Amino acid sequence: MSAVGTPMLRKEDPTLLTGEGKYVDDIQAVGQLWMGMVRSPYAHAKVLGIETADAAAAPGVHAVYTGADLEAMGLWIGPLPCAWPVTPDMVNPPHFPVATAEVNHVGDIVAVVLADDRYRAADAAELVVVDYDPLPAVASIDAAVADEAMAHSDLGTNKAYHWPLIPDPDALEAAFANATHHVDANFVQQRMIPSAMEPRGVLAVPSPHGGDVTLYSATQVPHILKVMLAATTGIPESKIRVIAPAVGGGFGGKLNVNPDEILAVTLANKLGRPVRWTETRSEAAFSTHQGRGQNQRIELAADGDGKLLGVRVHLDADMGAYMMLITPGVPLLGSFLYTGVYAVPAFGFTCDGWFTNLTPTDAYRGAGRPEASYAIERAMDILASKVGIGPDEIRRLNYLAGGEHFENLDVPSTLTFDSGHYGPTLDRALELAGYGDLRAEQQARRDAGSSKQLGIGLCTYVEICGLAPSRALGGLGFGSGGWEHATVRMLPTGKVEVVSGSTPHGQGHETSWSQIVADKLGVAPEDVEVLHSDTAISPLGLDTYGSRSLSVGGVAVASACDKVVEKAKLMAAHSMEASADDMEFNGGVFSVAGSPDKAMAIQEVAFGAFTAHDLPDGMEPNLQEQTTWDPPNFAFPFGSHVAVVEIDEDTGNVELLNYVAVDDCGIQVNPMIVEGQVHGGIAQGVGQALWEGANYDEDGNCTNPSFMDYLVPSSMEMPNFTLDFTVTPSTSNPLGVKGVGEAGTIGSAAAVINAVCDALSPHGITDIAMPATPQRVWRAINDAKGGAA
Amino acid sequence: MEVHVTVNGKSHSGDCEPRTLLVHFIREQLGLTGTNIGCDTSSCGACTVHIDGESVKSCTMFAVQARDADITTIEGMADDDGTLHPMQQAFMECHGLQCGYCTPGMVMAATSLLSENPSPSETEVREGLEGNLCRCTGYHNIVKSVLAAAGGES
Repeated sequence: MSAVGTPMLRKEDPTLLTGEGKYVDDIQAVGQLWMGMVRSPYAHAKVLGIETADAAAAPGVHAVYTGADLEAMGLWIGPLPCAWPVTPDMVNPPHFPVATAEVNHVGDIVAVVLADDRYRAADAAELVVVDYDPLPAVASIDAAVADEAMAHSDLGTNKAYHWPLIPDPDALEAAFANATHHVDANFVQQRMIPSAMEPRGVLAVPSPHGGDVTLYSATQVPHILKVMLAATTGIPESKIRVIAPAVGGGFGGKLNVNPDEILAVTLANKLGRPVRWTETRSEAAFSTHQGRGQNQRIELAADGDGKLLGVRVHLDADMGAYMMLITPGVPLLGSFLYTGVYAVPAFGFTCDGWFTNLTPTDAYRGAGRPEASYAIERAMDILASKVGIGPDEIRRLNYLAGGEHFENLDVPSTLTFDSGHYGPTLDRALELAGYGDLRAEQQARRDAGSSKQLGIGLCTYVEICGLAPSRALGGLGFGSGGWEHATVRMLPTGKVEVVSGSTPHGQGHETSWSQIVADKLGVAPEDVEVLHSDTAISPLGLDTYGSRSLSVGGVAVASACDKVVEKAKLMAAHSMEASADDMEFNGGVFSVAGSPDKAMAIQEVAFGAFTAHDLPDGMEPNLQEQTTWDPPNFAFPFGSHVAVVEIDEDTGNVELLNYVAVDDCGIQVNPMIVEGQVHGGIAQGVGQALWEGANYDEDGNCTNPSFMDYLVPSSMEMPNFTLDFTVTPSTSNPLGVKGVGEAGTIGSAAAVINAVCDALSPHGITDIAMPATPQRVWRAINDAKGGAA
Repeated sequence: MEVHVTVNGKSHSGDCEPRTLLVHFIREQLGLTGTNIGCDTSSCGACTVHIDGESVKSCTMFAVQARDADITTIEGMADDDGTLHPMQQAFMECHGLQCGYCTPGMVMAATSLLSENPSPSETEVREGLEGNLCRCTGYHNIVKSVLAAAGGES
């Protein structure tokens, strides 16, 4: 029986369920020192002086360092890395772990305390006195675009870059000149705080003899981090080991190279003592990057029937105070998807990146793609109402390939979609939601003048997974390839070790990879051990983000298994004195065609490969193969979501009554894990639509940094989800898989806000900004009624 | 200050400052790191333990306030032979966890919920777990797990 496709229970769970999972903060090191960060309370200021004597004299304090002290100690050879200079002339002010002359966002580090425990480190950080000269703060995208106050005093502009993607400008002009219907809509993608439940943390342990250092970090990207630590600190890469132990969620928030990681490694190396730090939740709003942060303008040109002629998009994207690892590229990851699932003859996209004096932005679940699907799917609803047809009809009218199955289709944003079949996902989602009955119920409530109005929101999304073909990344100016590595080795006892460059933080890779290997090698899944997330064990890898693990890393595992079988086949043929051409391999057993009495299990072959007593001439001992898989194309999962909301018009409260998602991520390895990914993704998109968002005052202070008022959804706000799937195999890889980690998030924010706007449409309300809080909704209704607030 | 507690049936004594939070005492003094810390405002519930049979967020108490208390942490839930507690088993079978960070607190809160209300409705489960945040699951499978552990439909 095939293991792939079954909802196998997770291997990871017993450890995590019993409290035995070791996250960074659970690991202790003898002689460890705690870092306490002295952070700027100002969004923008000159640092005139720092007084550390009181802190240094406090109980339990080992040392206090200012940025100038650390510079003088020669702890780094360059600033924090930005791996994605999106244009040759991109502005990128140097960003060092500790600021010296100027601070550029609240939470910028100005000094570091080392103390015996976390309490004393926090106490001592309070005793450091810093003399600031406050400067005007750029606290919003609008303020940045105005370009009057400067986020960085010496840059002379807040503009970081201008990035255009306009394949055919003349065709675009013509499309809008010939349009009957024109939608011109502006949307705001508010800043999101990633909020993985495990805060980020680090522990750097130097070797007792000096020279080598091991960094435990709550990171999604141990391999990338290792390279970047070497490039930033000057410590040879071969002397750095990075371990991501159990990692408690990431969602993009843990795919960076952060000041704390550089500080822990360099100070541990310098002092010869372990150095650690764990962010507090309230600190995370300043010490971990945020997501989204865009002002979007999207224009649609359509003919009289509502058929799209062109899509034109401009983004003003908030970089925050500095370029982190892929800050400038995040909005561009969405650039190719602003035409969504639709046949659009002409397309144009431009993005301006802007510096503000706010926490830097970078990837958050979906990274650019939820923003794109939100804009096009909101705009399609507006177009439907202009044309006077239903939101389902406008979508069906415009689907690529007429909603029918396609493979390897070129789209105007210059990509080739691997495969798609959009129509059935919408049909099925509407059926599961009971669309006809919902519309009748909605009408009945409207007719009755009910204070509880129903809204039904649709979204059909497509996204880009499987980052990425290395050549494509090169073309985008990305500073890395997009391959993934796997080694598969059969041990003498017949067990299998898989070394994967993918680095899980909740996705269940150990289980899914075991299922793939079980089928390929004909072994039991429980005989497969998956090793990962430690650069000493798994030296090659490009880590987990962008829903890339299965379609890149999983394919690498499968390919390495194929090579193992090929080699084992030669060995088995030699042992059974048969021709390799006559060998058959089924269920882990090699047999000889036409000789049913001859058979050899792959475990026997593995033992023979280990003893090497009787190998074919010229064959190396051991049964171990590796693959570095570089995908020829991205994968493009898709699906249709339907959100049903009830709005209490007296309070403005939006309740999510039902949520239906019909997704297509190609072939599924573990349907149970797939469903879990969709559930969590939906919750994060709903969170953005209804409750979440980092708020800043005009001085650049985040006014809701903790879970007291940054409203991550609780169990009370979420309904049960209704899920179904279609299966359209990808043509981008031999497994036919696509990826599902971000799908839920990419579909859900648009579906929910479309539902909210649908409920409010009798009032003439066409848009509600995210998050659609009770106050916003009530105010919109009240304004529409001409009432005074 | 000297604090004596019984944790998972074993007697422990430790010295700590008066301001030491119970969760830090459990994690760092007793070395029981299964109890996690997810926030600093008593919002997330990752640190939930049982104190004298009641579910408590262990970041809301000082260690000294737990003097002589009988505490159960996630490490005390499975049998000595490794057999999972029925709630742990239900979380595994219903895929009620992904990254696992909120899980110890969820399991502790959920078992406490069932001890007070052995047959909760779905709404009662959602209300009962409102103080425990999860970022991975959207709660769907967590609710399913608790209902399954209660013997309801899974």
